[in-house]
Amino acid sequence: MLDLTYETPKPKVIAGAKHDWELVIGLEVHAQVSSNAKLFSGASTQFGNEPNANVSFVDAAMPGMLPTINEYCVEQAVRTGLALNAEINLWSAFDRKNYFYPDLPQGYQISQLYHPIVGEGEIIVDMAPGIARKVGVERIHLEQDAGKSVHDMDPNMSFVDLNRTGVALMEIVSRPDIRGPEEAAAYVTKLRQILRYLGTCDGNMQNGNMRADVNVSICRPGQYEKYQETGDFSHLGTRCEIKNMNSMRFIQMAIEYEARRQIAIVEGGGKVDQETRLYDADKNETRSMRSKEEAHDYRYFPDPDLLPLEIEQAWVDDIKSTLPELPDEKKSRFVNDFGLSEYDASVLTAESENAVFFEEVANGRNGKLAANWVINELFGRLKKDDKGISDSPISPAQLGGVIDLISSDAISGKIAKDLFEIVYTEGGDPAQIVEDRGMKQVTDTGAIEAALDEIIAANPAQVEKAQQNPKLAGWFVGQVMKATGGKANPKAVNQLVAQKLKG
Amino acid sequence: MSIDKDTAARVAKLARIKVEEDALPALAEEFNTILGFIEQLNEVDVEGVEPMTSVTPQKLKRRVDVVSDGDQQDKVLANAPDAREGFFAVPKVVE
Repeated sequence: MLDLTYETPKPKVIAGAKHDWELVIGLEVHAQVSSNAKLFSGASTQFGNEPNANVSFVDAAMPGMLPTINEYCVEQAVRTGLALNAEINLWSAFDRKNYFYPDLPQGYQISQLYHPIVGEGEIIVDMAPGIARKVGVERIHLEQDAGKSVHDMDPNMSFVDLNRTGVALMEIVSRPDIRGPEEAAAYVTKLRQILRYLGTCDGNMQNGNMRADVNVSICRPGQYEKYQETGDFSHLGTRCEIKNMNSMRFIQMAIEYEARRQIAIVEGGGKVDQETRLYDADKNETRSMRSKEEAHDYRYFPDPDLLPLEIEQAWVDDIKSTLPELPDEKKSRFVNDFGLSEYDASVLTAESENAVFFEEVANGRNGKLAANWVINELFGRLKKDDKGISDSPISPAQLGGVIDLISSDAISGKIAKDLFEIVYTEGGDPAQIVEDRGMKQVTDTGAIEAALDEIIAANPAQVEKAQQNPKLAGWFVGQVMKATGGKANPKAVNQLVAQKLKG
Repeated sequence: MSIDKDTAARVAKLARIKVEEDALPALAEEFNTILGFIEQLNEVDVEGVEPMTSVTPQKLKRRVDVVSDGDQQDKVLANAPDAREGFFAVPKVVE
């Protein structure tokens, strides 16, 4: 299991005009469950269909239609809860959150206010090797997504598409344990990574399949610790909620802006109003969503159309037994089993596909060498082509073949890079290519010696300089490599140069 | 708990039900009668009694994750006062 120890990072401090200030941040992440059908209807969840094509009469809230829960969505919420070491509530229930908006035909959202399916858990948020923040998760509940309004197709009308209405969301609510904009982005990154490992949400933020509401408040240094001791929120400042953020960069910018806005208000003798705000990326500012305030009285009550959701412990245990290896465990295993640095292990485990690829390459080979080739050469090359690991033109077996040729001293590191490029662009078996194209390293000291003798004979002045200053011997090594087309074994060349220059 | 005229007006607004000013006192009175009945129920000692969630002994029905519905844009839009290019068209609502 996880045996990487870590230190807690320092909270971010912002200097105001009068004092220093700290930030306190909590996030509500809405993650769309990767299901085929919606939470309470049999309509499709597929993105990009014709408007209102994915709509059942349940989603359209036609009179008399009743919701029936999608069991798979329940399973995904449980799976996510288990992965966050959270308590799973075998008895949960659905409530109605009432408000009017054109993209919500029911006039209420079915959610779980009083009895969520998942209780308290935690996420280890990595900030740097050896530094991580443990962020508490307060709860995860299941709820329906709303539809989408399009405002730019007509000057006087809004256009409503209910395809998204009723799609299952997991709302993952953190404790106010996050202490800076970078930590907030890192938290979302880590949560996204876990969800993608689990397959419970695809984490596609661009399509809005994962988005965050960010609660920000400010406090003077020392106040947060008082809150932690007492659990009393009055030690902290009044929070504002920034709605619907779907980019890591914007989350950071919005928090930074919002903190400075609150500091300016408080230092100016004013009071922060608790409110919902919207981040405007074009202007890099947050602004009040006054219309939301009016509707804030949601008049929650238990949904009479739905009985309580009761699940069996045995079913939860079954789900637990099918959990994949999670990012923290995988990272720790990579450090322990392959001797990787924590940084390299983090890079390789960021996406599970990358980790699978690496393990195939590293299997039976030098782990560190494999990690270097996967991270530096392969990822670098894929990035240049704007490709993901699943589009890699070079397979783990082929990359492993290149590494085998280095390990057996058949080719030099420099030639290996050329070979990699050939295999990447043309394909083929690395060993065969080396054979066919004469790329084998020259370890025959006779041939190297002959080349070196020639160079020494042609450059008596350099020989003299190098004999006085041994650092200049490198020039001869370079010349030999050049003369042999980079195929000379560098170790052998170094030895010979040292030997010959001694005279 | 007692509902006054202002609270009745607020509840009506939240429910998007138009109530004329002169009808509000009677509405508030009706609310109070209902709440009075609830308060009477609250007098019953239910300590240790599990809340009843259904009048018939049944569990929450579940569905499998299969697409079995939708693909009926014209039917969904049939009752819309205004629909264009597959969307419901409503008076502009924008933040």
